[in-house]
Amino acid sequence: MTTLTERTETKPTVTRPGALAATGHPLVRPPAAAHLSDEQVAELGRELDAVRDEVLAKRGATDAAYIRRVIKVQRGLEIAGRASLLVGRNKAAWVAGTAMLSAAKILENMEIGHNVLHGQWDWMRDPDIHSTTWEWDFVTPARSWQHTHNDLHHRWTNVVGKDRDVGYNLLRMDADQPWTPFNLGNPLYNAILAPVFEWGIALYDLEIPEYKEGLKSKEDMSRDLKAVGVKAVKQFTKDYAATPAVAMLTGSGKQALYGTLAANAIRNVWAHAVIFCGHFPEGTDTFTEEMVEGETRGDWYVRQMIGSANISGSKFMHLMTGNLSHQVEHHCFPDLPSNRYAEVAVKVKEICNRYGLPYTTGPLPKQVASTWAKVFKLALPDSGRFSLRPKATS
Amino acid sequence: MIRLRQLARAASVLTTPLTPEDILALFNPVYSSRQLRGVVTKVVSETPDSVTIHFHPGWGWKAHQAGQWARIGVELNGVRHWRSYSLSAAAGTDPAITVTDAGAVSGVLVRNTKPGDVLFLAPPQGEFVLPEHPRPLLMLTAGSGITPVMSMVRTLVPRRPDADVVLIHSARTPKDSLFLEELNELADQFSNLRVTHLFTAERGRLDFGSDTDLQELCSDWRERAAYACGPEEFLDDAEALWAAQPELSTGKEAAARSTLTIERFSTSLAGGEGHDGGLVQFEASDREVEADGDTPLLDVGEDAGVLMPSGCRMGICHSCLTPLRAGQVRDLRTGEVHGDPGQLIQTCVSAAAGPVNLDL
Repeated sequence: MTTLTERTETKPTVTRPGALAATGHPLVRPPAAAHLSDEQVAELGRELDAVRDEVLAKRGATDAAYIRRVIKVQRGLEIAGRASLLVGRNKAAWVAGTAMLSAAKILENMEIGHNVLHGQWDWMRDPDIHSTTWEWDFVTPARSWQHTHNDLHHRWTNVVGKDRDVGYNLLRMDADQPWTPFNLGNPLYNAILAPVFEWGIALYDLEIPEYKEGLKSKEDMSRDLKAVGVKAVKQFTKDYAATPAVAMLTGSGKQALYGTLAANAIRNVWAHAVIFCGHFPEGTDTFTEEMVEGETRGDWYVRQMIGSANISGSKFMHLMTGNLSHQVEHHCFPDLPSNRYAEVAVKVKEICNRYGLPYTTGPLPKQVASTWAKVFKLALPDSGRFSLRPKATS
Repeated sequence: MIRLRQLARAASVLTTPLTPEDILALFNPVYSSRQLRGVVTKVVSETPDSVTIHFHPGWGWKAHQAGQWARIGVELNGVRHWRSYSLSAAAGTDPAITVTDAGAVSGVLVRNTKPGDVLFLAPPQGEFVLPEHPRPLLMLTAGSGITPVMSMVRTLVPRRPDADVVLIHSARTPKDSLFLEELNELADQFSNLRVTHLFTAERGRLDFGSDTDLQELCSDWRERAAYACGPEEFLDDAEALWAAQPELSTGKEAAARSTLTIERFSTSLAGGEGHDGGLVQFEASDREVEADGDTPLLDVGEDAGVLMPSGCRMGICHSCLTPLRAGQVRDLRTGEVHGDPGQLIQTCVSAAAGPVNLDL
């Protein structure tokens, strides 16, 4: 018991793998990992560190060539797509333009934007492809998103009460979140959210609840509001005013507007689906604050692995999900280049199997269905009956 | 240009969050809104381990003055590295650098550069330039120290019949003496240039211990504006000789008498050896790294993937100045520990002396 008392007194100030202790144990270990000893968890941490070091040693010119190629393809698709929409009166041009622009926006958002903003390519020291200079084709300003996503979500992954990505302040996505009648609308909110996902994220990144709770200063709020306002006007103007205006020269103004609306909606629905598959499918765990209290490096890895879910599929599918189909690997190593996740996955899966930890994965339709099942189930109260599995109590 | 800029701003309505340059870069790699670039036009072999790389810079480049240097960025295994190189081409022509294989970056430049390659650039800078008013000149160079002086010679000698240049260049052997043929031809062709080649493998080094050597090679050296460029020891000795002459001064204020202007290529970083470092926090980039007391903060940051401003990497050009938020740093040249919040520090010659927070 003495260890427990000591532990509660020394609160971890930073919960990042680099700053975590190599040995020890959290107040409570998550049920899925309860069978592991402290020594086993420490060894698991060392094994995963070794996986990371192996990639760092190999990372080089081929990786740099990869991201530059993806960026080039994406920009080519973007130009070709937008150009086709300018003559969108022609049906074939409209279909091709919308398809290319949608693909470009998906690549830009996921394989490029998300990963560049994680700092996955910072090692190249190229100011054109760097987490501190990158801005993306998404309403929320890159810096705001980096704060809520990199700092908060990746640090507190699936810790209910800490990681607001568990439901994005809108949905009830965990049985441990108290039910209110508002949650009856869970499926409706989610259906509305999907096609306008980028606006939802922009709103979420403003951290309005934190502001109301006094956790965010007025200055920070007005700075963020201004940033998102400027960004939203630019984004809106490009897709819904400037592109249609130029298309009016060929009498295709209306068609161009429909094209950009469709491309944004397709990107939004796709991103929403992929991102929901990251932490909400059946088999992923959520955690209590006791489980991160005193967390070691190995425990941090365990939480990332059992709190995330992969999507199985082809190489093309992995590319179009921004390799977030390797969510487990991404959460263990958020700043490793995305093109390396596939080879890392083989090792991570083997480690999970050897230590008796769940490694959740499945094809996209199955995972999407699973997240929607949760959205429906948790719309109703009585979490005990509808819970997907017994929750840890502390 | 102004109209182009307005056009670019108008076009950015359609390209945001990218710039029109980002789109143009798909077709021509010289375009970038963030990073000056140049395309290699010609690579000429000079000696067995050195080449001259001619390049055509993109928008934003400033024409160089003879004797100036520029920062050149190259990629080694996907990672961008910056080094400073003196420009060897005459002022008023497309720039060129002459590089000798002496390290990882210069080695790659010498061995792998080919026409069509893209170089990353920063505009030329440096104070090692010709005097504003015509004066008799004495150039003292050693090894690759000839490079900036070559630019001066090429600029001055063919165009100014009234020039009076004495060049004393030291190289180990004729085989690794840069620009040997061209210098001899210029000296034959133009009476305003006198060249002495010293091959140190045969005769030993130029002795700055006394004025005997200089007196013999250039008896009126005291009346000339002197320029020196070469290894550190060579420059230190030259400086000592000038300082020892009671009637001369190394300061610029004594413009009418002989002055010595020097250009350094390297700097001794012995001041920081054997000290403890500390945790370095790059606040704006949200990175923290444990650093030892001998490694320049510039290297620490670059290895952590932080976009560090950098220049000469030897404490001269001040391109790397970074505001200190907290903590103290050790000057690796002198060993001095200093640092106040807000102070601008040179990351290339400063190491952590305890925990350090930088505004980067």
